[in-house]
Amino acid sequence: MDLARVIGSVVCTQKNVALHGRKLLLVQPVTVEGQDTGRPLVAIDAVGAGAGERVFYVTGREASFAFIPDHVPTDASIVGIVDRVDLL
Amino acid sequence: MFLGRVLGNLVATQKEPKYEGKTLLLVQPVSPEGNDDGEVVVAVDSVGAGAGETVLVVVEGRSTSIAMDQKLAPANAAIVGIVDDIDWES
Repeated sequence: MDLARVIGSVVCTQKNVALHGRKLLLVQPVTVEGQDTGRPLVAIDAVGAGAGERVFYVTGREASFAFIPDHVPTDASIVGIVDRVDLL
Repeated sequence: MFLGRVLGNLVATQKEPKYEGKTLLLVQPVSPEGNDDGEVVVAVDSVGAGAGETVLVVVEGRSTSIAMDQKLAPANAAIVGIVDDIDWES
């Protein structure tokens, strides 16, 4: 899983029926130090994340497992909101 | 699988239910020589690893689900071993 910051949301009126009711968020991957790294991506929210929050997301086939028993066509899902990180 | 060094842990109150009770650790991938190599990942711990330890990490596929004792877990990385030693063939 990777760290990211929620930078916005994506609205699609017309979308795959399996995406109905799902929240699409735009996230910017970040380093542990909080620096942007790489390109923003769209992820489906599984935990109620909001703008500005630091989250972690899962990618690939496993991203759809966050919505079982529903079948959701996604390759990126937000699965946790970061409260804090405790570093050594 | 890759080798990594545990940097610390990540606290998340709000998370996908399948993560309930699991420890999340930040892992810096390292080369066999111990140099940082690549981006830090968030991994689910299945062996009781702690900060500073060198660990064995599985990524993607069924392996992370098995490590989490779940049928289909929404996770990309899991720690499955704490490295004691690497024996080099010289």
